[in-house]
Order: sequence, then structure tokens, then C-alpha cells
Amino acid sequence: MTCFPASTDKSLGLVIDLDTCVGCQACVTSCKEWNTGGHMAPLTDVKPYGGGVDGVWFNRVHTFEHITQEGGRTVHFPRSCLHCAEPACVTVCPTGASYKRASDGIVLVDEEKCIGCKLCSWACPYGAREFDVEIGVMKKCTLCVDRIYNEHIPPEDRVPACVSACPTGARHFGDLGDPASPISRLVEERGGVPLMPELGYEPTNRYLPPRARSERAPTVAAAPLEDAAPEGGFLGWVDRMLSR
Amino acid sequence: MHPAYSVILFTTATGAGYGLLALLGLMALAGMAPPGLWPGLFGLGLALVLITGGLLSSAGHLGRPERAWRAFSQWRSSWLSREGISAVATFVPAGLFGLGWLLTGRAEGWVALAGALAALGAVVTVCCTAMIYASLTPIAQWRSRFTLPGYLLYAAMSGLTLLNALLAASGDGGSVLAGAAAALTLAGWAWKRASWRHDDTAGLPATVNSATGLPGGRVLSIEWPHSEENYLLKEMGYRVARKHRDRLRLIAQFLGFLAPAVLLVLAALTPAGAVTVGASLLAALCQLAGLLVERWLFFAEARHTVMLYYGR
Repeated sequence: MTCFPASTDKSLGLVIDLDTCVGCQACVTSCKEWNTGGHMAPLTDVKPYGGGVDGVWFNRVHTFEHITQEGGRTVHFPRSCLHCAEPACVTVCPTGASYKRASDGIVLVDEEKCIGCKLCSWACPYGAREFDVEIGVMKKCTLCVDRIYNEHIPPEDRVPACVSACPTGARHFGDLGDPASPISRLVEERGGVPLMPELGYEPTNRYLPPRARSERAPTVAAAPLEDAAPEGGFLGWVDRMLSR
Repeated sequence: MHPAYSVILFTTATGAGYGLLALLGLMALAGMAPPGLWPGLFGLGLALVLITGGLLSSAGHLGRPERAWRAFSQWRSSWLSREGISAVATFVPAGLFGLGWLLTGRAEGWVALAGALAALGAVVTVCCTAMIYASLTPIAQWRSRFTLPGYLLYAAMSGLTLLNALLAASGDGGSVLAGAAAALTLAGWAWKRASWRHDDTAGLPATVNSATGLPGGRVLSIEWPHSEENYLLKEMGYRVARKHRDRLRLIAQFLGFLAPAVLLVLAALTPAGAVTVGASLLAALCQLAGLLVERWLFFAEARHTVMLYYGR
């Protein structure tokens, strides 16, 4: 049944630090690279080398300008499935293809059961699901379920591909259902927030807002560059000679 | 939202079909079924063709239509699943209704009871269709108190206009029926205008601040994750109808409500004859065309919260 579990043993999810994300797209490409051969494979691309490029991605990085009284700030914003505790994408599914695991809270799609009605993508306010037009089924982030429990790879690699790829350490993975877990303490410490909490989906993932502006940055500008105008002196003479 | 032709055709055709089926069933229950066999059975046949055609059309927008049978399994949580079950279940009493009417020659006794059950199934199915949309939190224009009554009202309205056309053509019509169809059409018009008034002020159920977790100030989208349109923009970011919204609303109101109402009043006021038949048939065709435009707008004007991330 696509009724989701009332509670899950763990609530695995991501915490994304909007302060340190530099929008390099490393998480996007590593996600695509891993998952196009993983649990939801393939992540089909349509016309990848021509005009009208389209394709399935589980993770997309937007860039926003946040303008407040203190000034403007560029914020890079990775967007992927939040593995909600109240996932409407699961309950609307007519076939049972969409489900939430009672063991760790990961929301998955059973590709063998999906009829491609797209209703789950309408029910998701976050745009986490993307339809694969070639295969005719819906696809979504698996939280790299085929990595995090994978005993064939070294223990330090058993995290989602996006987390291991992030060069600035802006992505964290762990059990958000355990208040004592390092990731939960990080959320506590930095005031992590859920997205669109007013809609009642109870997302698991949290976003750490950018830190307050620091006064440590230099307030005196660097000395200006020396005047390069070639009217006089040696350079001026060279300029006049060469201009003849 | 992207207005898929298959879903527009599906909701409009099944709406009219279930409306007609429910009215025939209720008339049989009340002992007021059309006396002749042909208008009654032809009406029932037309209803079933509209319903079946609509359902097949809805399967057309599936990515994997061969697995459609799986959609009957999740009735405990999914309105789409409930709709599928209800639609299929309604064929049983509707089939018995038609078969009994054909064999016994009249819609009485157990045949009328089958008709009443078919009417119940029709109402339940239309409710399920409406609830698919009315239960989607990210779309304020759909998750509104106008959606469910609207679907029921437009189904009853288009079903009654069709029934009037059929009975007028067979010579069994009357001023009362045409007048009732005109009244329901006007009620539908008023409901549609009220729905649009609500929709225009509904906006989105979240803000770009809560969508990004960036409190206060203004949040502007300055770069998208991709340079071309993706699934989300194609499916949730449809904008053509918003561009032509006012003109399309006028067309929908004229074809769906105003013109049929005028034609039905004309049919009610003129004595039975060619004018009544012509006006009744034209009213039915005109209304179905108008409802297709109305349904197109229902999808195309709906705004989804994911567009907050794209600054649209």
C-alpha cells in the first residue's frame, strides 16, 4: 500500500549548507554519474549534444540573489528530494510504485510498477521528481541507497555520491531522526530549516542558512595599480618610438 | 500546469458521460425514463461511449499504459486509484441497466434499480476525479473548495444538455427539460466565474523565502540549473494560457455557458419542431466545445509551487 509508515526507524537525509555551497555543480555531475548506473538507472538524456537538450537529473543547483537591508548576497541552492515524513508523492501513487521505507525513511520508486501517470510529480511541491520520457516511468533521488549500504566499497565512501563529491563540505548525510547524531547537532547549532514547512510535508532534509556577515573582511581597499598611462618616462619614450 | 490533451478530453468526456448516465438512472428510478427504447438506449450508449472513450484517452497519457491495471491496487490512499476502481465498477450496473432495458423493453423494477446504482457509481467516479486535483497541496487553484462542486456541476450540466438534445431529437423533449438545462447552465456559469475570482487571488501556497529557507528581503532567481527547458518547466511551468487568459475565458464563457443557455431558452420557448431540435443539438455541441476550453484553462492556469525556484 502507498500509505506511508507512521514512523521510521531512522530518518536518513541530507543537510545542505547554503553558506559554503559555491555552486560548482560537482554534486550534480557525480549524482548523475553514479545514478545513471545505479538503482534508478538509466538517467536518460534526450538530444544531449544538440539543441533542446533534456534529461533526468536528481539534483539541480539554482542560484539566487538574496537582497536584505544588509545588502545583497549570492546563494547557490542545490535542490533534490527531501525524503519527507509526510510524502504526498507516495499517497497519490495509484500503483504502489512510490513508497517510503519504514527502516530508514528513504522515498523510492519501484520502476517495475510505475505506470508513468506523473501524479506524484504534481504532488511534490519541491520538484524532486523527473519523468523519464524514454522509459516512461518517474525517477527520483534514491539517497544513493545502492552506496550507503554497499559493502563492496570502502566504509568512508558509503555516503551519497553528492556528499562525497562536494569540495567545500557543504553537504552532510546522516540520521536526522536521532537528535544525538552529528548531523542533527549541526542542524541545531546552525539553525537549519525545512523548506516550505507551511505545506505540511515534514521534509527530512534541512538547509543551513548563510551565516551572518562578518566584520573581519578588510575594510581598506588595496592600493590602486600604478598609472600605466604612457605619456612620459621610459614607457612613454618606448611608446612614441614604436608608434612611429 | 501543462494541459495534456488526453486529460482534458478525459475529464470533459467522462464528465458529460457520467452526467448523462446518472440522469438516465435517476429518471428510471423515478419512473420517468424516456418511454421509447431508442432515445433511452441510445442515450445510455452515448454515455458509455463518452465514458469509455474518456477512460481510454486518459490511459493515453501514461508512460506505461500496459501496466494500467496496477492502478486498481492503492484505493486506500490514492484518489486516482479510487477513480479507476469506481469507473470500472460503474460499468457493471450500467451494463445491467442497458441490458435489462433492452431485454424487458422498459426501465422498471430491477432495471431501474441497476440504473440507480449506475447513477451512484457515476457520482462517486466524478467525485474521485475532482479529488485527484482538489487534494494536490502545491496547486492553490485546484486545492480549493470550488473544485469538487465544479466537477459535479459541469458533469450534471453537460449531461442534462445532452439528454435534452437526445429527447428533443426523438420528440420526447419538453420545455421543462430544456428550461432545467438552461438553469443548470447558468448555475455552472456563475460557479465558473466565482472559481476564477478565487483562483486569481489564490496565488501560491508558499513563498520563495520559505521555498529556499532564506528569510526576509527579496529572493531573486538569477541562474537556472539548466539552459534548456526540463521536465519541470514543461510540465509545471506552462505559460501560453496565461498569455491569452482573458480571451480564452471569454471563449469558454460564450461557448460553454452563454450560447447554450440562450439556445436552451429558445428550445424551451418554441413549440416542438425543427427549431427546438436544432437549438437543443447545437446547445449540446457548443457546450462540450466550451467545456474543452474551460478544462484547458483549468490546467493551464494552475500554478505549481516548484516554479518559485525558477522565479516564474
